[in-house]
Order: sequence, then structure tokens, then C-alpha cells
Amino acid sequence: MNVTIVDYNSGNISSVINSFKEVAKDKVNIEVTSDLNKIKSSDKVVLPGQGSFKSCVDALNKINGLVDTLSEFAITNKKPLLGICVGLQMFADIGYEETETKGLGWVSGKVSKIDNQNGKYKLPHIGWNQINIVKESKIFKGIENNSHMYFVHSYEFVPEDKNVVSATTNYSSNIVCSVEKENIFGTQFHPEKSDKIGLQVINNFINL
Amino acid sequence: MLKNRIIPCLDVKNGRVVKGINFVDLQDAGDPVEQAKIYSDGGADEICFLDITASSENRDTIYDVVERTSKNCFVPLTVGGGVRNVEDINKLLNCGADKVSINTAAVQNSKVVEESSKKFGSQCIVVAIDAKKNSNKWEIFTHGGRNNTGIDAIEYAKRMEDCGAGELLVTSMDRDGTQVGYDIKLMSKISSKVNIPVIASGGVGNLDHLVDGIKLGNASAVLAASIFHYGKHSIKEAKEYLESKGIPVRI
Repeated sequence: MNVTIVDYNSGNISSVINSFKEVAKDKVNIEVTSDLNKIKSSDKVVLPGQGSFKSCVDALNKINGLVDTLSEFAITNKKPLLGICVGLQMFADIGYEETETKGLGWVSGKVSKIDNQNGKYKLPHIGWNQINIVKESKIFKGIENNSHMYFVHSYEFVPEDKNVVSATTNYSSNIVCSVEKENIFGTQFHPEKSDKIGLQVINNFINL
Repeated sequence: MLKNRIIPCLDVKNGRVVKGINFVDLQDAGDPVEQAKIYSDGGADEICFLDITASSENRDTIYDVVERTSKNCFVPLTVGGGVRNVEDINKLLNCGADKVSINTAAVQNSKVVEESSKKFGSQCIVVAIDAKKNSNKWEIFTHGGRNNTGIDAIEYAKRMEDCGAGELLVTSMDRDGTQVGYDIKLMSKISSKVNIPVIASGGVGNLDHLVDGIKLGNASAVLAASIFHYGKHSIKEAKEYLESKGIPVRI
């Protein structure tokens, strides 16, 4: 099996690569590339993302044909794709970080700034928070409700259809922190930095 | 609910831990990778390396340490010490650091903070503030606490937030190494001034100091070195103690 981590200059993806390699061992081949043919031929795709919504979308668009290839993979061919952090946020129709920016539009919704209640909550939301699993998700197999995951973000994904939400976390309000829509998965938290429990999420995705 | 973080810090010199964990079963007591692994297995919420390598020809040793650690530890890794420019930050991130802390370079040229937070995202840019009390205010010191800049620490903290820092690592130079506790006033003043998380550092001698850093200093995270290194307290003990005092921690 081939799992491709999309390398589109979205910032630091070393930790994502290390964690997937740790889980995959020698059983699964982990590719790190933006090569369109390699993405097309892989079994699963991971879309990481760090920095702002706008910078990640811009970086995706900079690579000719990448967005179309990813859409074909996830939407037309319905193969498993996992978005992490801004990788998840980009599923939305639109994001408001820096400036209004069009997203991939795979899961209807918007990405807006977390309401910090006039400074009552510090932003970014950094650290370990518990997830509240609201629907069964294949990537949460063997993961207990209220498990701790590592977060670092200031913006949240607000999907239109709440049925896609698989987990929320409480910070100022109930923030969507995981979605599952058919073959498309996303986590706002960083499974690659969430210790053994995070590696379990990665393992679940690899074993889908 | 978001938990307060406990961050053990390891001083690394020429690729070796200077003050480290004093455990008998360590194969190589000076290996930062092995020590970081012990901390992360013990429940540390993050690991911090402070590179205190003095000579420039040995600077590259930290990259190897970071690379090996990030392949073995799956909790966030912050690396600081001797970070001069955007290229240094880029190199550390590429080796697997999740955050880079900038100290002297940020004081000398705040553009380093602006540019790096734009380029890599605020989430990985930590500004380290070394402050020392001078009559009724705190002043910024650079070069490992040797040079007084006269800059007001509270105002500087706000300015670093505006430049795009994602977190502030605040060390009291008066308290560092004394084991008498954090400078609570400094922590709470900075914490109330900025809207980004503050990590308290400098002076921890017992577990009550960690409690004070969070409860009185309003820090989001507490960093400590020596109380963890010599087996005085384990991370687990620290977390259980904090929990018994009503502080939310990840256990």
C-alpha cells in the first residue's frame, strides 16, 4: 500500500512524515511528494497544512494541477484522504484568515476565527484538550471518548451540515475538531504530536 | 477543557545534555534523545531543548539531536538557543522541531519574528524573554542574560505579540537557578498584557512553584529543568500534584 503525504510547501511537515513512518514501519510505503502521478496512483492521501488558510490555499494553487488531482482522488474516485489542521480547514468553501479566500469546497462550510470572548481565551488555542466524540468515526477506532489531543490553531472549521462532525473540543465554545464525510477525514488537532493516542489515529487511517 | 502544560527543559551543549536526568538505567546519560524519550513516555506535554553550544563550529550538533528526537518523540518539541535568523529557524523546523524559540535575535531585530511567523505560521514561533527586575520595572537581557538592553519587558512582550509570536517563554533572570520559585508578578503582568499563551520559566524548586506559576502567574504552561533532572520529581508526580490543587492537566 502507498500513502502519500502531499508536500506543497505548506510549512513544516517533518513531524507528520516522522509519525506516519513510525506507524507504517515497513508494511506501508510512505511517499512525500507533490508529483501528480504519484498522488493519483496512491491508495491514501494525507493533506497537512500549517500557517494561514490563505497561505496554504495559495501554496496548493501554485502547483499546477494539484487541486484538480486531489479533487479527482477524493471526490471523483472517493479514495481515503486525511486533512490535518489547515489541511482539514481547506475542505471548506471559504476561509477568513488574512483575507477572504476560497477553499476546496469539499465539505460545505466556513473557517472563521475562534471567538476569544474579549480576551477571556488566549489565542492560538495551544496545548492538550479533550475530544468529545459525537459520532462513530473509523479513525477513532480504539480511542476513548475524552482522550487528549494536541491542538494549535486560532481558526475553526464551521461546517454547514453538522452530520459530518465526528468530534468537538471545548475552548470558548464547542469547536469542531474532527470530521468524516464518506471517504474524507479531517482533524483539527495534530495526531502526529498527540503521543500514542495520536499515532493510533494515524494507524486507523492507514488501516482503513 | 484545555489543560495546563508541563514542559521539561534540557540544556544541550555540543549535542550532549549538560544537566540531565540522573537515572541509573540510562545507557547514555548525556544523550538528549534518550532523555527526551523518557520525559515524553513519562507524560511530558512538550519537550524543550535549549542549545547552549558556545562555539559556532559545533552549532550543527543541535540539528542532529533534533532530527533523532523527532523520530522518537511524538509530542511537541521546542528548540531554542543561538537562533539568529529565518534560515536557522527553517533548518530546525526541517529537522523536526515543532516550535523554535527566538531570544536575542528578536530583540536585535523584530523583523525576524515578523518574517518567520509569516513564513512558517505563528504556531511555531516562540519568543523567549529574559527579564530582570530593575527598581519598579523589568528589563530585557540578551546573550544568555549578560547584556542589559534597558527595554521594558512588559511593553516588549506586547510588541512581540503584535509581530506575530505564537507564544512567549518568559524567564526571570533573578530567579533562574535559585529554586525559590517563579517571579509571579512578572508572569501575571505579561500574561494580562497579551492575548497569547505565556510559558513561565526560571526558579522552580518544588511542585508548589508550578502551582503558583499557573494559579497566580496565569501562565498557560510551566517550564522547569532541575526538579525533573535529578529524579527529585517525575513528570507524573508533578501532574498528580497539580491535579490535586485543582489545576487541569493531561493525565
